[in-house]
Amino acid sequence: MNIAELQAYGYFALTAILVLVLYGYIYHLYSKREDADGHDYEEYSNIALKDDVTDTPVSAISDDKEK
Amino acid sequence: MENRPLEYDYTVAKLFMLTTILTGIVGMLIGVILAFQLAFPEVNTILGSGLAEYTNFSRLRPLHTDAVIFGFTLSGVFATWYYVGQRVLKVSMAESGFLMFIGKLHFVLYIIGVAAVIFSLFAGVTTSKEYAEFEWPIDIAIVVVWVLWGISVFGLIGIRREKSLYISIWYYIATFLGIAMLYLFNNMEIPTMLAASPAGETGFGAWYHSVSMYAGTNDALVQWWYGHNAVAFGFTVPIVAMIYYFLPKESGQAIYSYKLSLLSFWGLMFVYLWAGGHHLIYSTVPDWMQTMGSVFSIVLILPSWGSAINMLLTMKGEWQQVAASPLIKFMVLGSTFYMFSTLEGPIQAIKSVNAIAHFTDWIVGHVHDGVLGWVGFMIMAALYHMAPRVFKREIYSKSLMATQFWIQTLGVVLYFTSMWIAGITQGMMWRAHDEFGNLAYSFIDTVTVLHPYYTIRGVGGLLYLVGFLMFAYNIYKTMTVGRKVEESELQNASPMGA
Repeated sequence: MNIAELQAYGYFALTAILVLVLYGYIYHLYSKREDADGHDYEEYSNIALKDDVTDTPVSAISDDKEK
Repeated sequence: MENRPLEYDYTVAKLFMLTTILTGIVGMLIGVILAFQLAFPEVNTILGSGLAEYTNFSRLRPLHTDAVIFGFTLSGVFATWYYVGQRVLKVSMAESGFLMFIGKLHFVLYIIGVAAVIFSLFAGVTTSKEYAEFEWPIDIAIVVVWVLWGISVFGLIGIRREKSLYISIWYYIATFLGIAMLYLFNNMEIPTMLAASPAGETGFGAWYHSVSMYAGTNDALVQWWYGHNAVAFGFTVPIVAMIYYFLPKESGQAIYSYKLSLLSFWGLMFVYLWAGGHHLIYSTVPDWMQTMGSVFSIVLILPSWGSAINMLLTMKGEWQQVAASPLIKFMVLGSTFYMFSTLEGPIQAIKSVNAIAHFTDWIVGHVHDGVLGWVGFMIMAALYHMAPRVFKREIYSKSLMATQFWIQTLGVVLYFTSMWIAGITQGMMWRAHDEFGNLAYSFIDTVTVLHPYYTIRGVGGLLYLVGFLMFAYNIYKTMTVGRKVEESELQNASPMGA
């Protein structure tokens, strides 16, 4: 097997893996209502709607930084 | 003003708003001149034959495309990043002296880069690769500018208070990474002074000249992988970032489905990079690559429409806002043009359609309904939304904005309809032959037939430019004489004067 054939198989394998990862993510997304942090995905729209510097973050990175 | 502990700092955003408007005027003005040159060739020597070198179509064309892509659009991307980034990460640039310095340095080097591009392209210094015309010293400067923007993006993300990255941030990150990869690989080039001929001669050409590291078909493949994805990561991804922030914010409506926004994002990332082969259908690249380019272009409809429909459904039950606010009109029509051009593109990528469409004005029409209707409308809407918030003044005139909207919409419609007719006419005439296979028409026959459509296109472009000048005037008046507003008036719908 020469380098060009190896590249071709590698390319196909990478594509197949990417397809699986994408479909896995879609399944994960639509089989759950909440993410790992326990937030409903739809709550994240509020990051834009409540984006004043004095607003409370939807999911604060740490309590000591939170206002 | 209320007593607030911390404010977002829009210094850098304001600077990039200025360059968005200036490069927009330059890019669109040159575009209008080019359109009239195609309809009336004497415009090529409008300043006399002595200056024809600087006014002819081929010298000005890269200035038009690059001013719109790397000037207007990128400035708009940077301006909105320095605005949206702070707000959805809930951190002010005033909190980091380092990021403020990087932001200002980013702006200064960007301006130097733009000046170098304008100077070199006017002088006729070019690598001759479409949308990648800059010679190697400018390429290096652009990489530095890009890295500085990356430091700004990831620096701000690093000090954020909001743990989850809003969907727009993902799109901005994708813009940064996508363009970085594309630009580096497509601009791999060897300065001619370092090259040597088989006979041992060295030191060819001026110090700034270079040749591509790739040759022949490989060069074409890399070029169109770059060229098409420059559309993806310059004209699509960051503009989607904008609409996901500005439409919900201006209308006060939550995104119809946040999950759909995530699904569309990863779908777009997966599909887009493979579609560039559709620029090389019926060329010397391997047939399977052409087919793959076609197939992925068709699949691309799904994630594109996922985002666009998500935006239109965000307005569900709130359509009276579209009638009431010219700012929402810009975004809703922008989203509609996005749907339209992401359907048109895949249709053109089908092999049998491409046989007629390739090299014709239909392609030019497609690019412009995307860039005028989607990119231009969205960037102007973003700047209109930002203006009252960064200048703390109400938008100067709502009626001027509404008039601008209708003038520009008419301009876009004239542009793409004339190019549809011109393109398909051209494609059909080029292919027509008699029973012995002799071509039915010579090239000049097509030129004669197309003249009225080229004139209509020029008028359409001129209307769009007039609208853009109204936009620039409205923003200038907002900055200088708009009524001062309090923070409490800036929650959702932007305050507008009559």
